[in-house]
Amino acid sequence: MSGETRPHSPAPGGGDGTSGEWEVVIGLEIHVQLSTNTKMFCSCPVTFGEEPNTHTCPVCLGHPGTLPVANERAVEYATRIALALGCRIADHTIFHRKNYFYPDLPKAYQISQYDLPLGVGGHLDVELDDGSVFPVGVTRVHMEEDAGKLVHAGGATGRIHGADYSLVDFNRGGTPLVEVVSEPDMRTPEQARAYLTQLKGLLEHLGVSDVNMEEGSLRCDANVSVRRPGAPLGVKTELKNMNSFRYVQRGLEAEIERQIAALEDGERIVQATVHFDPVTGSITTLRSKEEAHDYRYFPEPDLVPIEIDEAYVERVRASLPELPAARRRRFVADYGLQAGDAGILAANRPLGDYFERVAELSGDARLSANWVTGDLSAHLNSAGVGVEESAVAPEALAGLLALLGDGTLSSRLAKEVFQVMLETGREAEAIVRERGVGQISDAGELEEIIAAIVEANPGPTEEFRQGREKVLSFFVGQVMKQTKGQANPQLVNELLRKHLAG
Amino acid sequence: MFSLTARACRDLLGSGEVSSTELVELYLDQVERVDDRVGSFLLVDRDGALAQAAAVDATPRDERLPWEGVPIALKDLLCVEGMETTCASRILKGYRPPYDATVVAKLRAAGLIFLGKLNMDEFAMGSSTENSSVQLTRNPWDLERVPGGSSGGSAACVAAAQAPWSLGSDTGGSIRQPASLCGVVGMKPTYGVVSRYGLIAFASSLDQIGPLTRDVRDAAALLDLIAGNDLMDSTSVGLPAPLVMPTRTDLTGLRFGVIREFLGEACEPGVREVFDGAVAAIHAAGGMCEELQLPSVEKGLAAYYIIAPAEASSNLARFDGVRFGHRSEGAVDLIDMYNRTRSEGFGEEVKRRIMIGTYVLSSGYYDAYYTQAQKTRTLIADDFRRAFGRVDYLISPTSPTVAFGIGERTQDPLAMYLSDLCTIPANLAGLPAISIPAGLSHGLPVGLQIIGPHFSEQGLLEAAYAVEQRLGLSALPSIAEAGR
Repeated sequence: MSGETRPHSPAPGGGDGTSGEWEVVIGLEIHVQLSTNTKMFCSCPVTFGEEPNTHTCPVCLGHPGTLPVANERAVEYATRIALALGCRIADHTIFHRKNYFYPDLPKAYQISQYDLPLGVGGHLDVELDDGSVFPVGVTRVHMEEDAGKLVHAGGATGRIHGADYSLVDFNRGGTPLVEVVSEPDMRTPEQARAYLTQLKGLLEHLGVSDVNMEEGSLRCDANVSVRRPGAPLGVKTELKNMNSFRYVQRGLEAEIERQIAALEDGERIVQATVHFDPVTGSITTLRSKEEAHDYRYFPEPDLVPIEIDEAYVERVRASLPELPAARRRRFVADYGLQAGDAGILAANRPLGDYFERVAELSGDARLSANWVTGDLSAHLNSAGVGVEESAVAPEALAGLLALLGDGTLSSRLAKEVFQVMLETGREAEAIVRERGVGQISDAGELEEIIAAIVEANPGPTEEFRQGREKVLSFFVGQVMKQTKGQANPQLVNELLRKHLAG
Repeated sequence: MFSLTARACRDLLGSGEVSSTELVELYLDQVERVDDRVGSFLLVDRDGALAQAAAVDATPRDERLPWEGVPIALKDLLCVEGMETTCASRILKGYRPPYDATVVAKLRAAGLIFLGKLNMDEFAMGSSTENSSVQLTRNPWDLERVPGGSSGGSAACVAAAQAPWSLGSDTGGSIRQPASLCGVVGMKPTYGVVSRYGLIAFASSLDQIGPLTRDVRDAAALLDLIAGNDLMDSTSVGLPAPLVMPTRTDLTGLRFGVIREFLGEACEPGVREVFDGAVAAIHAAGGMCEELQLPSVEKGLAAYYIIAPAEASSNLARFDGVRFGHRSEGAVDLIDMYNRTRSEGFGEEVKRRIMIGTYVLSSGYYDAYYTQAQKTRTLIADDFRRAFGRVDYLISPTSPTVAFGIGERTQDPLAMYLSDLCTIPANLAGLPAISIPAGLSHGLPVGLQIIGPHFSEQGLLEAAYAVEQRLGLSALPSIAEAGR
């Protein structure tokens, strides 16, 4: 681990036991399924949720005599990930066989990488909610293949214990995976969650994966230990298969609590794989290190080494989109956005693209950012769709902002028009024209109304003239009532003062 | 008739003197006559072969491909779609591959007719074909002796004229040694010349498919049919140029290195005698012979018996009873099912090698065994590279002994392993090597091995052809003549 990838200081909040402070050490191993068209070592399509065993072939079923052929696109995607994480790309990288028996692993070995991975020595700058940034070291980025899926049938639980029999679905078998292993640089479950969230954003940004934790295209294991500040690393446990961001944080919290409690009771932590049950919130030990597999790694003789030259690396590097960290900085510097808005827009590539388009068309970046991170995002979140599927195109939103800018619409009206745009997919201007929703910005028209109101309210008029500014809001209310809220507030203010002044 | 080469079969078909059906029937009849004694075939696809032959005969002669209608037999580790393929193992009994091996697809496309599948040592592990879980194969020259192995069926069927030619596979000598013991030509190409896709793997970094034939020219023809880069096998590269029929008859200007390490005490006097005769023949043809030392090759056997079992232990792990082949009945849980299936399905030698391989890859032993063996492999390759700086080809006896008696070495694995002493180094170095009949010792065939540099197949075949012409050997075991 290089010095520069360490956090500057241990973040607080690791956990205080009754016997004093404990420091938590967390490292994450992320598996991400690549969204290539075909599998890692055969030409079957990569799919999700299809009929079991409909996307298999002799190769991914591990039939005798079949051989793997590495998917070039998968290597490219993996290289993108490694480069985006600032890794050094190996000029010579090879596959290894990881040997173990399980029914979802047809060859009884997983083709993976071992001591010559594709990328090493990177980092991810993770931004916390308070705007501070801490770097998490990335030990390695390597390629491998996914296993199939077991379906346990009969019995009550759907889990292996108590099942009458088990079936195997090999559709997923052979899907390209990239594993990203972090340094043990995180000190709190919140940091771990932030790292995971931002890594997910980065992978999404790179367009290399669906990164959906519920569907399993992004999976997370955590190594966690606790120690007294300044002491050597404690014994770690591995928290397996947490399938949501919330479970990662909750699982870590539960495991940290368990470890601290055990240590304070004078117990020893045993190196083990543990499982977090989100329903009960409890931790169970799956297997201890003593029972751990010996995977008998050795170089995969069926695949030739991958030699990666400088030109290839540069080609892939040039194809990378602007990365979130750089984009965040640019949004602040070029558009004058708040760090919070810039962070949200930079973390989501399509949303950031959308924002830039609106900003360009409307000429008002801050207003654009407010709308994209505010009303638009709120709608997208509640509808559960991405910005690509938004009913309101950037051009349309810019059109709405133009009406807001020239005073045709008030903020409140703009929000109403926006809702209609979302529902109908129509342009703001058309909606305003058709429904008469628009501010009365015609001074002559307003002046008539205001003159009549002033004349009808001699008492309040007198009060205002004696210096009671508050009375102004009474008049504004009257004007708005008469105009059904469509008067331009600025103009109303201006004209009222003129008329009230007599 | 039964001394026919595959080229002669082709010519008879081409001239219309025989039909493909007649040709196929002749070989099937010979199989019927002698195979209860020889035991080459695990499966005879009489109906399939005759149907294929009828289709060829229905095609006008001038529209046929050059080799269309010529029969061939295949070692039972080459996958043929829908045809039972077992590697002579109980664990694959009833397994019908859902696809053709690349070599099978190539032969099919060329119009060759598959007579059936040939016996072998289980998963190609052995040197006598006695490790077949199905049956013994007997040496056509002496039915009390082994045919060699692991491609024993492939060698015996050609020697006994049950097929004009066959395909085998060679991981440590499994084509060349049985070819030598049965008096036929057998060739292991450079690693990567022939696609391994559809060859049920024993040791992936060593396995190559190759021809077993009556003479060198047939070997050139069959290798040309099966060679080639294959998208399904990343380790395949093919040949630099298509092979042409060897025509060389004199060896003037060629230098041959005699590997001294292979002429030690393990080498039988009778074998040595025939080998010396071959050296004299090379001289007579104008070639120069000199003795060379390749100090590392003596460690080849040890390195091989680490690397090959290591890869095998992983390659054979897929035979777990989950998807195909044998699954034990009555297992109580998953681990029990694995244990019972594999205990019942694999034979003793296969289990021995799986255990050795598992052991040498285990954490804590890997460096002492596997890493050392790989270093030795590099040293052997370096020895060969240096030798090929001085000579064009290297020669040795193919096997230190002639065919040994059935049961003679089955209780002594080390003695059995010594059978491949001279052949293993070429696999470790990935070099092409051919065994051609060099003469008889007490009525049993002795083979001459010629090893060439990487991708020197054309030259190697030319040299082998010239030596073959000079030796002028055309002896057949009497059983091959029985049908005449």
